[in-house]
Amino acid sequence: MTKVKSLADLKAMREKLQSNLDVREKAEHPESLVQIKVAMATCGIAAGAKQVMEHMMQKADELHIPAVFTQTGCMGYCHAEPTLEVRVPGKDPIVFGHVDNNRADEILTKYVQQGELVEGIIPVNYETIDK
Amino acid sequence: MAKYKMHILICGGTGCKSSNSLQIIDNFHKILAEKGLQDDVQVIKTGCFGFCEKGPIVKIMPDNTFYTQVKPEDVECIVNEHIIKGRKVPELLYTNPENKEHVSDSKHMDFYRKQIRIALRNCGFVDPENIEESISRGGYEALAKCLTEMTPQQVIDEITKSGLRGRGGAGFPTGVKWGLCAKNQADQKYIICNADEGDPGAFMDRSILEGDPNSIVEAMAIGGYAIGASKGLVYIRAEYPLAIDRLKIAISQAREYGLLGEDILGTGFNFDIELRYGAGAFVCGEETALIHSMEGKRGEPTLKPPFPAVRGYMDKPSNVNNVETLANIPVIITKGADWFRTIGTEKSPGTKVFALAGQINNVGLIEVPMGITLREIIYEIGGGIKDGREFKAVQTGGPSGGCLTAKHLDTEIDYDSLVAAGSMMGSGGMVVMDETSCMPAIAKFYLEFTCEESCGKCSPCRIGNKRLCELLEKITNGNGTMDDLYALRNLAAVIKDSALCGLGQTSPNPVLSTLDNFWDEYVEHVVDKKCRAGVCKKLMQYVIDPEKCIGCGKCAKNCPAETITRTDYIAPGHKLASMVIGQDKCVKCGACYQNCKFGAISIK
Repeated sequence: MTKVKSLADLKAMREKLQSNLDVREKAEHPESLVQIKVAMATCGIAAGAKQVMEHMMQKADELHIPAVFTQTGCMGYCHAEPTLEVRVPGKDPIVFGHVDNNRADEILTKYVQQGELVEGIIPVNYETIDK
Repeated sequence: MAKYKMHILICGGTGCKSSNSLQIIDNFHKILAEKGLQDDVQVIKTGCFGFCEKGPIVKIMPDNTFYTQVKPEDVECIVNEHIIKGRKVPELLYTNPENKEHVSDSKHMDFYRKQIRIALRNCGFVDPENIEESISRGGYEALAKCLTEMTPQQVIDEITKSGLRGRGGAGFPTGVKWGLCAKNQADQKYIICNADEGDPGAFMDRSILEGDPNSIVEAMAIGGYAIGASKGLVYIRAEYPLAIDRLKIAISQAREYGLLGEDILGTGFNFDIELRYGAGAFVCGEETALIHSMEGKRGEPTLKPPFPAVRGYMDKPSNVNNVETLANIPVIITKGADWFRTIGTEKSPGTKVFALAGQINNVGLIEVPMGITLREIIYEIGGGIKDGREFKAVQTGGPSGGCLTAKHLDTEIDYDSLVAAGSMMGSGGMVVMDETSCMPAIAKFYLEFTCEESCGKCSPCRIGNKRLCELLEKITNGNGTMDDLYALRNLAAVIKDSALCGLGQTSPNPVLSTLDNFWDEYVEHVVDKKCRAGVCKKLMQYVIDPEKCIGCGKCAKNCPAETITRTDYIAPGHKLASMVIGQDKCVKCGACYQNCKFGAISIK
């Protein structure tokens, strides 16, 4: 087992370990983060939502985007699976359809980072009630 | 390795564990593996969430879903619905008792809304048996900061500046205590953690040790550095086996990672911790008694001075701090004394953990800023009195504290205001009572406890408390006189002034504060021979109203003393003769009262 020999060691260790607790830390203040909800009902999973979510989580990490990913149930856009909803702090949520790995990258680099809209937007026909 | 997408936090504290939470954890592991989800979902056994009323608690992250009273057989449903399909399971969510709505996000629960968690920061969040989770939350960074950037004196100054006061009850400034011990030169000094939590109903120290043992290990090392001690000792009662286990794990992991032992972080500072077990005597929470017990002597207090800072464990300068006090230390070092002072009141900065118990809806462990009012604690966090009954009193400070009444509801709580109101902070037990509690009987309950726990060394405590207890016994049995009430007050004052240690000096408090606040109730007991709460059995009678009694005889069938008989009086409109209770044989069990469907039996 690696011993902690100095302050630098401790800090490096914290850095390395921190992401393991991300899911919990971020849950404490989701409103200040990019919230991405992935539709993960049967049809979503069949269309590859799980792989896209995994890919996107990795990519968000690489790009240092503070994002919290949640799985949700069916969003109702069965024709456009995999679907996901992206809520950037201070903006209205936007739903993207037919999201594959490439589009996922685009959403992160163009929409989230630069605010440009990208292909695949589905006009939202629902409201989320915050309780 | 792919990252976990979801974390399932399950309470592994003593309370939830006894309601089968370990089985829930096993089931999660099993079912997740069956569904091939073991790499997507992480299952973590944490410490106490505090909401013990509704345990076992299961929390799902990142969506902050808070499931209550989960049973092992509910696990499959949670996995199928929530984990796989993303739909919350409404039946298991916390229900707001007022509007009956399900609350899915723990941040929207009244219980958590007003809390500020400093000492409990990691409880219910990290796996207490894994030091890495603690490190990733910034654990041991305060120690590193002290060792590399601060001199021992600077550490003491920072703690003094923060205004942190001893959370064990008396409220002595921690920084000053450290300073006194640091001044004394010796070849060996000790820092001692007092984990001998003895107040009935208080369990914050246990929960901290069970939920976040690393913070205590870290804080002790910081304290050791500040006062110049290379050895830490934890005095913990043997009846806290889970806390002991987790503490041992934390200590051995800290050694493995080089955060305890020799030359910590390459700074040349040596520090290690050992455990000492207590047999669970209340008096051993008093620091001199605690030290004697650790030395293998009888757990009896001695006169101060000499203070432990001068002559403590093995006659070496020692410093004793309570668990909750220590839990605050790393945060103060990391975030600074000025930050700490922004929370709480001027004379009592920071937060305090209270164990809410008694006739209250949300029994559990809460951490609130000092200066909060009792009303906020009882009605907002605690969810009000059980079954909508009327609030009568709240007992704070355990056997050393007193009862506060409705007139104190808006008092801002800190060390000094509680003392001014005739009670004390104590270790933070808070027992809420409603109209069904009898105050002389409550005073008797606490006195019985102190009689049992008195070490017997000084006569005011050994004999005086016994006499107090006998007087209370006499009063609650209906044999008391007004003279007894005056004697009670006099004797209580004498014990308070003359006892040797904190136990005896505070043990009459429950008597004095109930006499002050509920004098009428005492007078009723001795003059009218009545107990309005119906608690003192010798002072009450069950009576049947012949006009209301329809003569069904159910009371007689259920009477274990067979003392209910039929009269020959038939009330107008009834077909059968009414019943009557033979008071001479009545054992006052209340079986007739509970069984009467017609409300004909009342307590007088």
